[in-house]
Order: sequence, then structure tokens, then C-alpha cells
Amino acid sequence: MTADFLLGLADDALVTAQRLGWWVSRAPELEEDVALANIGLDQLGQARGLYAVVTDLEGLGRTEDDLAYLRDAPDFRNVLLVERPQTDFAVCVVRMLLLAAWQSEVYAVLAAREGPARGVAAKAVKEVAYHLDHAAQWVLRLGDGTELSHERTQAALDAEWPYLPELLEPAPAAPVDPASLRDAVLGRVRPVLHEATLVVPELPADPPTGGRAGRHTEHLAALLAEMQQVARAHPGATW
Amino acid sequence: MEPATERSATVEPRDPMPDGYRRTLVRQIAQHAHSEIIGMQPEGEWIARAPSLRRKAILMAKVQDEAGHGLYLYAAAETLGTPREELLDALHTGRQKYSSIFNYPTLTWADVGAIGWLVDGAAIVNQVPLCRCSYGPYARAMVRICKEESFHQRQGFEILHTLSHGTPAQRAMAQDAVDRFWWPSLMMFGPPDADSPNTAQSMAWGIKRFTNDELRQRFVDIAVPQAAALGLTLPDPELRWNEERGHWDFGTPDFAELAEVVAGRGPCNAERLAHRVRAHEDGAWVREAAAAYAAKRAARTSTQEPAA
Amino acid sequence: MTTRAEWPLWEVFVRARRGMAHVHVGSLHAPDAEMALRNARDVYTRRQEGVSLWVVPAAAVVASTPDLQGAFFEPAGDKDYRHPTHYSVPEGVDHL
Repeated sequence: MTADFLLGLADDALVTAQRLGWWVSRAPELEEDVALANIGLDQLGQARGLYAVVTDLEGLGRTEDDLAYLRDAPDFRNVLLVERPQTDFAVCVVRMLLLAAWQSEVYAVLAAREGPARGVAAKAVKEVAYHLDHAAQWVLRLGDGTELSHERTQAALDAEWPYLPELLEPAPAAPVDPASLRDAVLGRVRPVLHEATLVVPELPADPPTGGRAGRHTEHLAALLAEMQQVARAHPGATW
Repeated sequence: MEPATERSATVEPRDPMPDGYRRTLVRQIAQHAHSEIIGMQPEGEWIARAPSLRRKAILMAKVQDEAGHGLYLYAAAETLGTPREELLDALHTGRQKYSSIFNYPTLTWADVGAIGWLVDGAAIVNQVPLCRCSYGPYARAMVRICKEESFHQRQGFEILHTLSHGTPAQRAMAQDAVDRFWWPSLMMFGPPDADSPNTAQSMAWGIKRFTNDELRQRFVDIAVPQAAALGLTLPDPELRWNEERGHWDFGTPDFAELAEVVAGRGPCNAERLAHRVRAHEDGAWVREAAAAYAAKRAARTSTQEPAA
Repeated sequence: MTTRAEWPLWEVFVRARRGMAHVHVGSLHAPDAEMALRNARDVYTRRQEGVSLWVVPAAAVVASTPDLQGAFFEPAGDKDYRHPTHYSVPEGVDHL
């Protein structure tokens, strides 16, 4: 169960890094190219750290690259939130806000107790605190910026918000039960959205879900096809 | 006015300087900055496809550095009184150029290695003397850039070394990349000295320290033994050691091709520029929003004390 | 072209280690002070270059000009009695 849970966290981080990598050379300003790459590198680092823990726990001799490159979409355990396309800057920062708020809480719990992921989590806590701050700064500016930016950010929030409940689904046997983080996560997110003059949508009664069980949107397979194409074209090669 | 350039002292932004010196600097620094940010594209496309997580991290950090370097250089150009916005506009409308090398496509993963080894290698040969260039802000930016770039060339060399010692397919991929990038890399030093009318003036001003051909020769002398260490060949039948000169003799790059690429007719000119313009236009609403938010906040704090 | 969205320029100062002064390292663009500080962190401390940052609006820097160089700095040139090397110390006298 621990390995499964950590694999989910790792896959969230890897897929997020993959989506953020797209922004490098496409950000609204050069300073933001640099910032998004930093965040992408942090997420990639978290994924690698967690894959190392997972491969250790399973003891099958797999490597981080086996996990990243040789699994198909149904074997990935990331939430749906992170895998969907993200080519709108408002979507990018709203999603980052939701994910980082959640990651902050999860990593804080993992960092505070004995367990195989403690070291990775302790480092990640500081990183995602910065991601959360960065996202919050941008959501404020976009939400309370121009009329256009307000509209676009509200639309992004309306689109991303339904994917939040999946992050908070109960998993009583997991090292951290995500349901127990619900109030803390919402407590981090809601004040930012209010200050940004955005309307916080209702949480849907029947939200999209399935990522943790390997049931993904069609976007993940496309993302993986691109990510894995070179590695898979040369079986057994080293890079 | 006695230009500081003739005293071989560093020129700083507020010093008097000849108009031509200022114009030449703005053009060169801007072109350099543009090259950094356009240069993010050919490699950036491979961040998504890097074949291992370690390579993905390295490449993302490298392309990020290029954004940072563009930023340092735009800041250096701004000290001469030309805002970044104006420089970007000159790039986007084709009034200013960037290095021709980035108009060549990256077709395989090995190209990431070839760019690191050859293109960054050539860039370093060009840039190291610029750390002592006469204009202070440019020289200081170059010091920072050269320091940060020291890993860029090594990671490229390492990629090619791994490939050339890998499977036959990997080895072929590495050789193909070197075959395609060798000549364009030599063209990065610009036209031959005889056809480079501005060189003498730039050298007199201390903007340039060596001629195009001197730097090209230096690069070839460095690269030939490295190619041997990689176990790869360089696609030049005229390459041979000249005992008398103490340098490698090499063939003549196709400068007609260089002229075509510089004139905008290279394989990827249109795509590179379109990608850059699209990013800028797509980001306009974000830049405007942030500026509007800052203005609103400034207005609020000037009319009332913020609540505790 | 939307010039009104152009972000102002900020000068960045980094303290490399505790005990050292903040040193000017370069500049960047940002819409406001909070973002300037964050951009400075991302742009200028990617390689652990610092433990503290200052950002200052470039427009707020008041600088001396080269015209005033003579009047400002040359008068200090002939006052070498301000420097310890101006004084002769008899041999054998230490800690002075």
C-alpha cells in the first residue's frame, strides 16, 4: 500500500514536470520561463526521489527509468488533474495552486513521521511551499488584474476545480489518508481565490476520478507516447 | 571626447561613447540575447522526449539557463538605453537577427548531444574573449554566462560519448548528428575575415578581441581531438594536421549557405520566429494583467493605509 | 504592441553568505516588488548563489555621473595621510 501510494505521488510529480517542460520557451515573459522550469525541475526531482523509494520497497530490481518509460498509461497512478493539457497560463497557475496546496499537506505529514519517504518529503515540503506561493501570486494578479484575465482565470478555475475531489478521496489504508487533508487543502486554496476576486465553484457531487486506479483520460496516453518514444525505440539501450 | 575604448579601460553605461560604438554594442548584444532565447527551441522540443529522467532534468536545466542568459543579455543591452520590449520587437519583426545555427532542425536525440558539444563549444570559444570586452555590463554578463555554461558543453559531449559507445543504432544516430552540425557550427564564427568589414572597427573598440577566422581555427583545433575521443568522425576530407602552422587545416564552410540562412531562408527560420512571436502574443494578457494589478495596488496603498 | 504592459526594471542584490554584504548581480523585469523578489530568486540563485536578496526599482537608483567624476572623486587623491602607508614606523615597533 505504501509503495502504491508513493507511486501515485511520484506519477503526479512526473506528469506535472512533463507538462511544465512544455512552457520552457513559451512563458509570458522570460522571467517566467525560468520560474516554471525551476518548478518543473523540483517536481521531476520529487518524482525521481519517490521512484527510488518505490523501487527499493518493491525489490524487483526496477529503476526509475523502468517506471517512467516502460509502463503504459493504465499502470500510471497519477490523478487526472495533472495529465490534462495545460497550454493556457491561467490553467497552469490554477492547477499549480490546487496541486501544490495538496502536495504541501501530504509531504508535511510524510516528513513528520518515520517512513521510507521521509527524506524525500522533507525536501519536497520546502519546494512545494515555493510552488504554492508562486501559484498564489499569479492567481491573485490574474484574478484581480484586467477584465480579460479575470474571465480567463475564472474559466480555468471552473475547469480545474472538479478535479480537486480526486485528490481528497478517502484511502484509509494509505500512509496518509487524503480525506483527512480536505480541510487543510481547502483552507490553503480558498482564501487565495477569494482575494483574487474569483468565485469558488461548488465541489461536484460526482467528480471525475479513476487516476489512482489507472483509469485515465485519453490525454495521458498521448503524453506518455511522446515522453517514452525515444527510450522505447531502443530497448535495452543506455543513455 | 576621448572614447574610453581607446584607453583600454572598461566603458560603463553613463560614460560618453561614440554613437557607432553604442549602436554596434546594442546590435551585437541584442543578437546574442535573441540567439539565447531562440536557441531554447531546438533543444526545448526534446525535453519532453529525453530518454531518461536524468537527461530530462539536465536538459530542462540547460534550456532554462538559456532563458536566464537571454535575460542577462537583454539587461546589458538595456543599460545602453534600449528597453527589452523594443529589442524583442526588433526580433519579432525581423529587424534584428539571431545566430543562424538555430535555424537548423533537431531531428534526433543525438542532436541534443551535438548541440551541446559543437554549438555550445563554438559559442564558448566566441564568448570567452567577450568576458574581457570593453563594455562593462556586457563583459559582466558574459562572465556569468560562461561560468554557467561550463556544464552545457560537457553534457552534450557525455550524450554523444554514451551514444557512440552504445548500440549500433545509437552510434549511427550520433555520427549523423555530428555530420549535420559540424559545418553549421563552423559558420557560427561568421563570414571569413576578408568579407567581415566590421571586424576591424569592433576590434579597435575592444568589443571583439579576435577575428572570425582566428576563433574558427581555435574551435577546430579544440574539436578535432575531442571527436577522436568520442570515436566519431568529422565530415571534412580536408582535415589534416599542419605541422608547420601548428594547427589543423580544414575545408571551407559553405558561406553561400550561411548567407541564405542569415537572410531568412534556412530550414527553420519561419518556424523559430513564429514560435517566439506566438509565445509573446499569447503572454500579452498575462503581462497586462500583472501590470494592471500592480497599478491597482499602488493606487490603493497611496489612498489608504493597508489594513493590518 | 502593448507598451503599457511593459514591466519595470529592477536591480538585484545578492548576499552570497552570511557575514557578507549584498552585491549587485544584475537586473530583471517584474510587475511589482513581490514578483521582482521571486523572479530574482529564480533567475539569480539557481546555483545556491545566495542566502538573502534585495530588489530595488532601477528608477529609484540615484547615481553619480561621469561629468561629476572630477569634482566627486579626485579631491580625495592627494590625501594620502588618510592611509596607514603614509607613515613611517621605526624598525622593531609592532602592532601599530
